[in-house]
Amino acid sequence: MSYSQRLARREVLKIVASAAAAPGLMAGCASAPADLAVADSGRSGAGPAGTPTDPVLVNPVIPWELTLSDTQLATLGVLCGLIIPADEKSPGADELGAQHFIDEWVSAPYNPMRQDRELVLAGIGWLHDESARRFGSDFGELDQAQYAAICDDICHEPDAQPGFEQAARFFDRIRALTMMAFYTTRQGRADLGYVGNVPLSQWDPPPIEALRHVGLD
Amino acid sequence: MAESRPGYDVIVVGSGAAGGMSAFILAVHGIRVLMLEAGRNYDPTTETPMFHTPEQAPLRGVSTPDKPFGFYDATVDGGWQVPGEPYASAEGTDFLWWRSRMLGGRTNHWGRISLRMGPYDFKPRSRDGLGFDWPMDYDDLAPYYDKTEALIGVYGSNEGLENTPNSSPGVLLPAPAPRVHEMLTRKACQDHLDIPVIPAHLAILSQRQDAARWPARLFPGNPLAQRVLRDSMNSRAACFWATPCGRGCSIKANFQSTTVLIPPALATGNLDIRTDAMVREVTTDARGRATGVHYVDKRSGEDRHAKAGLVILAASACESARILLNSRSNRYPDGVANGSGLVGRYVMDTVGAWTGGRIPALENMPPHNQDGASGMHLYMPWWLYQEQARGQLDFARGYHIEFGGGRGMPDAWTFGGLAKHTRGAYGRRLKEEARRYYGTGMGFAGRGEMIPNEDCYCEIDPDGKVDRWGIPTLKFHWKWSEHELNQARHMQHTFRDIIEAMGGTVTTTVHDNGADAIAKPGEIIHEVGGAIMGKDPERSVVNQFCQSHQVPNLFVTDGACFVSNADKNPTLSIMAIAWRACDYILDRMNTGELT
Repeated sequence: MSYSQRLARREVLKIVASAAAAPGLMAGCASAPADLAVADSGRSGAGPAGTPTDPVLVNPVIPWELTLSDTQLATLGVLCGLIIPADEKSPGADELGAQHFIDEWVSAPYNPMRQDRELVLAGIGWLHDESARRFGSDFGELDQAQYAAICDDICHEPDAQPGFEQAARFFDRIRALTMMAFYTTRQGRADLGYVGNVPLSQWDPPPIEALRHVGLD
Repeated sequence: MAESRPGYDVIVVGSGAAGGMSAFILAVHGIRVLMLEAGRNYDPTTETPMFHTPEQAPLRGVSTPDKPFGFYDATVDGGWQVPGEPYASAEGTDFLWWRSRMLGGRTNHWGRISLRMGPYDFKPRSRDGLGFDWPMDYDDLAPYYDKTEALIGVYGSNEGLENTPNSSPGVLLPAPAPRVHEMLTRKACQDHLDIPVIPAHLAILSQRQDAARWPARLFPGNPLAQRVLRDSMNSRAACFWATPCGRGCSIKANFQSTTVLIPPALATGNLDIRTDAMVREVTTDARGRATGVHYVDKRSGEDRHAKAGLVILAASACESARILLNSRSNRYPDGVANGSGLVGRYVMDTVGAWTGGRIPALENMPPHNQDGASGMHLYMPWWLYQEQARGQLDFARGYHIEFGGGRGMPDAWTFGGLAKHTRGAYGRRLKEEARRYYGTGMGFAGRGEMIPNEDCYCEIDPDGKVDRWGIPTLKFHWKWSEHELNQARHMQHTFRDIIEAMGGTVTTTVHDNGADAIAKPGEIIHEVGGAIMGKDPERSVVNQFCQSHQVPNLFVTDGACFVSNADKNPTLSIMAIAWRACDYILDRMNTGELT
């Protein structure tokens, strides 16, 4: 048995252990996979090339440099925490590093992300200018009422006053990226009550309380 | 190394649904097969990111030009573009051609939807005067549908609906129980719209296959076939109702050529596979018979030749047409097997249109696991055959509805509509709205029949373009007819009716102009045609057994041979047709007709 086959079996057995051992699954693992050795198949191991179009899916890496400064990350962290603050069910988005995801996003070598980068950099500058203009303070030092005053002005683009449209677009984009970051984490999934991505030994109909909820009982 | 083994009986070009099935059927019958695959070797048992979550992937796994169906999608060096392998579209055509360069091809990521064509679908011209009839009937293919479903494992049920065939008793695996949003949709469709909602047919093992029974039933009197199939079925686990099928499946619970067909074919000892082998053309001798293929070894860049007594093209509809058109010689100046001039003609895709909605009844659903089979548990087959026959609709052919929703694993786009929906919520209110909003979105997609027409075809690019291997590339031409455009409009209006019948709100644009509703040609990735089958050598490229009219030892077993493109997703039919063609090859080989 090749190394890769041993690895495959180990991974599957790990899955079985966490699945509380579905009988069918155990039996399925008992016979080794057929040898997929292929005649003259090129690269040794013939696995992924590790390129952007053929990345190693089971061990993902971000192949580009992150580019935001500590100051920019700190500003974004404050904003992410205002958009998704900690509450009784889950931490704030800043605690889960949403600002670092935004850095990953705006540093990526793809056109939509490059466009977002312009919006985000300009928006960070606007937050500092607006804080100084309105409150004579740095954005990082405002109190909650002052944060709310700024956010309320830019949280809904169709309602933005003249002069605030660009800042509202920036806020909307940061909100979208913050939700992307937050709700794809373990804590974000738990906050929503997502309980899947676990192996089951059998598939059951919905629980009666779910059917009752929509009047199907 | 592969070529050092002399005397292959058959070369199979391609390793997906058609190539995998062709190689498997021939190898288990003792035929020595060389398979050539343009992509790299690929092993789903080690390469599949089964339980990986979005936050482990770059950009939370969203679509990028490098990975257009998202980071974890089982597509290698491909998608809408393959690096170094371009294609062109004529002015006014925006054809999309999905390819992947990996063993198993697109079967690694496909939707696993496995619907049979019905009796009407083989005789469309006889029914409405449009397109072409197939040179076979449903009854010719029905036994191969049974055998293919039993071989690969398909869940579903027999409902006995019009032109929606039953499988033979015992063939299908049990359909999984529907999820709440699917049950709610079924109730609205049945109570208000008279649209049938029935269990979907997907190539997913809802339970393990009966390895004691099927090998002997599928291959009576063939101990080799029975042994390798028994081992293969025993190596496959049942679905554990988690992880998206589009990533592939390391426990082999769904159908991929690389888990279901290629391993047992290799186990016979009769199959060699050469990957990174990009086939350029079919070679022929003075008699006009196929002698093998020229291919580029992509690692060395060298041009090589492989010989065999019979050549099967299964490279995907357009790639097989490209190979035929590029196989020019004095004897075949317009390409081999192209005496009719129809190679590349009558390319079809599926008509696609989509509508999204939000269903308030699903708000605040008590948390429970709704992952299921990742694909559909229910769907709606076409239901207006009689209305169509009476001329009450402004399009001639049907569509089925695929739909999804529910509390699946949140991804990057789950809350894409929340800011608008809440008029700009942020802070604690945003979190509360997200909890309420989660799981309320649903999407409905139509998949409809396109009628072949003279304006939809591919040709070798007249501008003389070549790919990085020096092989002339394709140029696509396309024009929908009113049948497709009107059908796409009907789809979106139906989806709006369903969403509203569920008490929901449509969240996407419903168009009154079908041209705005319809997906781009090629976008549904059901391209078929280009080497259509028929009885008349003047009006078709291959016969009903996928055999070239002109070159008797040359076959095209992939979707290129399709004469029509029923709304039924083509993969299952491709495999059934390929199996039937291989039985014909075996029969003729035994009588010496093909050698």
